[in-house]
Amino acid sequence: MTSVVEQVERRLLAGTGAAGPGRLPVLDPSQIIGMARDAGLTGRGGAGFPVWRKLTAVAPGSVVIANGAEGEPASGKDRALLAYQPDLVLDGLQLIGMAARAGTAHLYAPKAALAPLRAVLAARHDRLPVTLHAAPDAFVSGEETAVVSAIGGRAAVPSDKRIRTVDKGFLVQNVETLAHLALIARHGPGWFRTAGTADEPGTFLATVSGAVRRPGVVEAGYGVRLGELIAAAGGPAAELRAVLIGGYHGGWVPADPALPVSRRALEPYGAAPGAGVIVALPRNACGLSETARIVGYLADQVAGQCGPCVNGLPRMAGTLADLAARRPEPGLAAEAQRLARLVSGRGACRHPDGTARLVLSAMRAFEADVAAHLNGRCLAVEGPR
Amino acid sequence: MRLHIDWTACDGRGVCTELLTEMLTEDDWGFPVLRNGDTVPPPLDGAARRAVDRCPMLALRLVT
Ligand SMILES: Cc1cc2nc3c(=O)[nH]c(=O)nc-3n(C[C@H](O)[C@H](O)[C@H](O)COP(=O)(O)O)c2cc1C
Ligand code: SF4
Ligand code: SF4
Repeated sequence: MTSVVEQVERRLLAGTGAAGPGRLPVLDPSQIIGMARDAGLTGRGGAGFPVWRKLTAVAPGSVVIANGAEGEPASGKDRALLAYQPDLVLDGLQLIGMAARAGTAHLYAPKAALAPLRAVLAARHDRLPVTLHAAPDAFVSGEETAVVSAIGGRAAVPSDKRIRTVDKGFLVQNVETLAHLALIARHGPGWFRTAGTADEPGTFLATVSGAVRRPGVVEAGYGVRLGELIAAAGGPAAELRAVLIGGYHGGWVPADPALPVSRRALEPYGAAPGAGVIVALPRNACGLSETARIVGYLADQVAGQCGPCVNGLPRMAGTLADLAARRPEPGLAAEAQRLARLVSGRGACRHPDGTARLVLSAMRAFEADVAAHLNGRCLAVEGPR
Repeated sequence: MRLHIDWTACDGRGVCTELLTEMLTEDDWGFPVLRNGDTVPPPLDGAARRAVDRCPMLALRLVT
């Protein structure tokens, strides 16, 4: 279990008390959609899509699903949230159920997270009954169409999106998104907007790991300085080389403590806050080796369905592994970039796109390392010279 | 009109890349790659429909 560490901002993880649950108001669909829109609430599962637009698109009688799969190995915030504030998540699920005039509600999370939830559910008297489903431990099991498939008793693998998931009668929201919605229902959109930036309002949960003294989950407003997040996780455990933001589908950024963690500030690096995963890379570790390791993992997690992904990700992983192993082949970085562009947008899900984003960011962030590796040297092991 | 490829169905044998070379080329493994986006230019409407009809895996669709 990932522990909750010091907070930059206390909302979701405030504990019962300050922002504590209290009674959930009964609202009609237009009120719920309106408050999600006014708050500017976006999805916390990675893609950052505006919640109100999905709520508007979903047809009455749809199925609502809380997604707590959290397949990303470097993320622990959804598990932490389900453990510390399950009622907020379940309130949020009731709210989207009301908005969608849903007939059924489901919560999908790793098996270990479900057992304590049974007792919580039994103590509540929800209007909409909630069914629990175990999410398999795999990177893609939390992808929206994989979730729908798993809820239906089929394998948790993604499917084609010619018809959008909402148009098929399923509304899937990340568990953290739901918890925010539950707080907005109590405290209002104006309150929500007092944290974060005007463009990117509210707080988010970050899972901070790697070379920090106290790895764990931190809550902060969007736009928080990278240095503050790292400080909340006990501060750097060593001098840092770079930081991975947005997780295994994210991007490498310089270890600049002043860098704001927001979509706008991270865009130039090809990164985004995503689902809040922050991994600090120490100076004595090689960014190319770490990227090669992650891409190798992502290539293993391919749900063997789509040709460009099934073939392209292992090839990309092999190219990165050659680069990390300092094979003297001058074309390796260009080949990694070509493959990244080749697989992007060519799968049933965005797994290839996310993997490509990571590879492209590594080629930019570790340009000097690429040059050194091609000369048989490694900056992390030897220092710059 | 746009050309949609269901990647979970496509087997990469390349019937479409032969029928619709103006829009599609093959990648390293024989799977179709859009040359210039998925919008079907009106003059290619007929060819696109033929490619959709001949795809053995029913992986191609025209969508609006
Ligand atoms: C490969 C892959 C894995 C994903 N895994 C998760 C996950 O574990 N949990 C999650 O909430 N969203 C995950 N997503 C995003 C979901 O597809 C979807 O966008 C999200 O659950 C919608 O909720 P939100 O709008 O509240 O974020 C994943 C996406 C991809 C492409
Ligand atoms: S794109 Fe890759 S991970 Fe996604 S469904 Fe297709 S094969 Fe699976
Ligand atoms: S014809 Fe159909 S199955 Fe064959 S490559 Fe084209 S889309 Fe794929």
